[in-house]
Amino acid sequence: MRPLIFGMSRWCIAMLIMMMPGLCNAVAEPGGPFVDALARLKEAPLTELGEAVDRLAETKDPRVAPVLRALLDGRLYYRKDDGSVVFGDPAEDGLAIVNVLDGETLGIVGKFDLKKVGVNNALRTSLRETLGRLELTADDPVQRLKAVEAMSKSLDEENLELLRARLNTETDAKVSEAIETALALADLSSDDKAVRIAAINALHGSLNPDALNRLNQLLEKDDAGQYLEPDPDVRHSAQVAVKSIESKLAVYRAAETVFFGLSLGAVLVLASIGLAITFGVMGVINMAHGELMMLGAYTTYVVQQLMPGHLDISLFVAIPAAFLLSALVGIAIERGIIRFLYGRPLETLLATFGVSLFLQQLVRTIFSPLNRSVATPAWMSGSLEINGALSLTLNRFYILMFCLLVFAALLQVLKRSRIGLEVRAVAQNRAMAKAMGIPTERVDALTFGLGSGIAGVAGVALSQLTNVGPNLGQSYIVDSFMVVVFGGVGNLWGTLIGGFSLGIANKLLEPYAGAVLAKILMLVFIILFIQKRPRGLFPQKGRAAEA
Amino acid sequence: MAFSLLRKSAVDVPFLAVLAVITVLVPLANLALPESSPLHLSTYTVTLVGKYLTYALLALAVDLVWGYCGILSLGHGAFFALGGYAMGMYLMRQIGERGVYGNPVLPDFMVFLNWQELPWYWYGFDHFWFSLLVVALAPGLLAYVFGWLAFRSRVTGVYLSIITQALTYALMLAFFRNEMGFGGNNGLTDFKDILGFNLQSDSTRAALFAASAIALMGAYAASRLVVESKLGRVVAAIRDAENRVRFLGYRVEQFKLWVFVFSAVLAGIAGALYVPQVGIINPSEFSPLNSLEIVVWVAVGGRGTLYGAVVGAVLVNYAKTVFTGVLPEMWLFALGAIFVLVTLLLPEGLTGFWRRKEQAA
Repeated sequence: MRPLIFGMSRWCIAMLIMMMPGLCNAVAEPGGPFVDALARLKEAPLTELGEAVDRLAETKDPRVAPVLRALLDGRLYYRKDDGSVVFGDPAEDGLAIVNVLDGETLGIVGKFDLKKVGVNNALRTSLRETLGRLELTADDPVQRLKAVEAMSKSLDEENLELLRARLNTETDAKVSEAIETALALADLSSDDKAVRIAAINALHGSLNPDALNRLNQLLEKDDAGQYLEPDPDVRHSAQVAVKSIESKLAVYRAAETVFFGLSLGAVLVLASIGLAITFGVMGVINMAHGELMMLGAYTTYVVQQLMPGHLDISLFVAIPAAFLLSALVGIAIERGIIRFLYGRPLETLLATFGVSLFLQQLVRTIFSPLNRSVATPAWMSGSLEINGALSLTLNRFYILMFCLLVFAALLQVLKRSRIGLEVRAVAQNRAMAKAMGIPTERVDALTFGLGSGIAGVAGVALSQLTNVGPNLGQSYIVDSFMVVVFGGVGNLWGTLIGGFSLGIANKLLEPYAGAVLAKILMLVFIILFIQKRPRGLFPQKGRAAEA
Repeated sequence: MAFSLLRKSAVDVPFLAVLAVITVLVPLANLALPESSPLHLSTYTVTLVGKYLTYALLALAVDLVWGYCGILSLGHGAFFALGGYAMGMYLMRQIGERGVYGNPVLPDFMVFLNWQELPWYWYGFDHFWFSLLVVALAPGLLAYVFGWLAFRSRVTGVYLSIITQALTYALMLAFFRNEMGFGGNNGLTDFKDILGFNLQSDSTRAALFAASAIALMGAYAASRLVVESKLGRVVAAIRDAENRVRFLGYRVEQFKLWVFVFSAVLAGIAGALYVPQVGIINPSEFSPLNSLEIVVWVAVGGRGTLYGAVVGAVLVNYAKTVFTGVLPEMWLFALGAIFVLVTLLLPEGLTGFWRRKEQAA
């Protein structure tokens, strides 16, 4: 089995390197040391091949490694007619060939048009060594790291020699760490007890999954309950090392949970912050708030349909578009319905609920009741890998950032702008504000527009997380109201902290209770919380509190 | 809103009389008249009207708390569904060996989930009297605990509305879980008989209809007694000026709690009558939208009158039946429009509108 795995992993490295952009596609210059050395390689008789390989390696050209790899795997050919060196891979009839110099695909040719550059066994050994050294000395640390990772999957003496040699000169901390881990893993199977214990100690806190596996193997018992590892000292150090690894993993797992909690919290904050404004200023529950988010999400969808070739920038068009659309709908709701119902909050609740049903059905009629999927731009997909145990998905990360950005912007608007001042004045004391000449009706409409617009923006963010459907908003209205109540009405900071703490608490509970039960527990918690603090975490002080 | 006794009780006698006539005539028109007769009512119609009557009872319960006590409960669907589940559990146990899996003790869904024995909370549901007890007790207890917590800490207005909505939402999520032992997604269904009578037979349907009508009459009379008692006066005063009543020395939260629990029990009874007629109870009955619809029935009919709630429930549900039959996609538009128009143009509902007209005339 071993040779097979060996060959496979080599193959993988070759593929990886070939896939590196800019390596294979480097424009071939006429002449140059690489071309000369390549020509030499092709023409050299078997006895001089070793020297030709060394010459090729000395050019330090990025194309060298794939060539040597191909040579080792027996996929290096030259064309009989023009003598150009090519990579050949078996295809249906003949070989698919690719020019070595510029990576150009040359189509499929018959076997007899090509001549293989052959190697013998003696050469293979030195070739492997050269190749390993070559890859390990690549300029790019990422590439070096990949080479180390690939090598540590098949740790034979040759590779270990190479790694040891590299460790002395390696400057990149990550690569050295990977080499150390690889060497320690190899030392685990040494005969010398001291070496093994040293290796185990070197694996302390390593996040390499192999490390934990190998260490756990040392602690396993057989069916009779006897340890497989006879030496108690080795077992003891292994135990310590496993503990240190597991505690480190636990920290990262906790960090990941917190991140997921924060990202859920960000969604909650985005969803509830607009509600907090309208409720705080006007004492009005807008049950159509979730549907305004839904409108924002559908705006994203429509914008993407309208500019199909520009996925990457479509979000930046969708954000203002969603804000405007939702804000306009919000203002229409305020002017058309809510304005007649001031002082009757329960009726407002019912009327806006009617609006929400209406909007849902409208979307269902226009876009069909099926979910629409919104594409995620390339720069938002993928994940940010911190280390082996922790990686953060980029879309959630951006949404978290976006949430903070929206929050900061809103805070500034309320704090510094004229309309912000008026909004705060009306929220504190409507009658007095009116007496001082503030046009409260206009302020109401604009506040409602602002809150609704933010709901639309939240919808854009949501469209990157879930499917966009007519029921998108419905599921958020209870949640976002809970956030507002928990944080305290009329306090944006309360909403922020409330949203994040509910998000984190939800994600902390999830592993133990399951998603549904976690949600139920949160609702029960909030119902109980209102018992203790009916006005939320950060209640408004003074006369404003006497609603 | 002024509170006039005369104006309202004047409606009581004719209202109860109409209900009594319906109670007798509808089953007769179904059972005694031959199908060829133009006055014959199909069993489908009888069951449909029976369903409306249970909705009317539910609306009555909401009117008690909203119209008379000012508590806008967006979670009454939960009490309705709890009563329904209690009845459903009895009906489930009556299936016995006639289930798909033929297990004499376990309902089908438990066999399907590989459960070995009946969970403890299913004990006793093979007795009808026990189920009736739970029909009243389960919603009553929930309302008591919830109301005690809420009213004690003076949670009022929209806050209370939203936490009642959260309550029913949480219960919906809980009942969707298979582990709860209430049939999960599918709920309880495939009922066979009640008290030994086949649920599919015309006479059982007619009897259930009569039971619903009688329950509505009883609940109406009881509610009228309550709202006209001294307690009812205090409750209405709480609605109009809660703090003043408190300053006068009344324990506001006790009064509210009493009305809330009474209303929840009525809702539970409505649910228990509803389930055998429609033949299924599942977690979607807990959905917040259902509870909001109930509020709309009351708003359409006119709150604070009791009979308005009944009128509203029947009218809106009739409209729903018609709409969903002819233009299913238009129903939500219509419902949304009703919400908006009633709150904007008919704050006292249809009955209030007629009353006005009569007074003006």
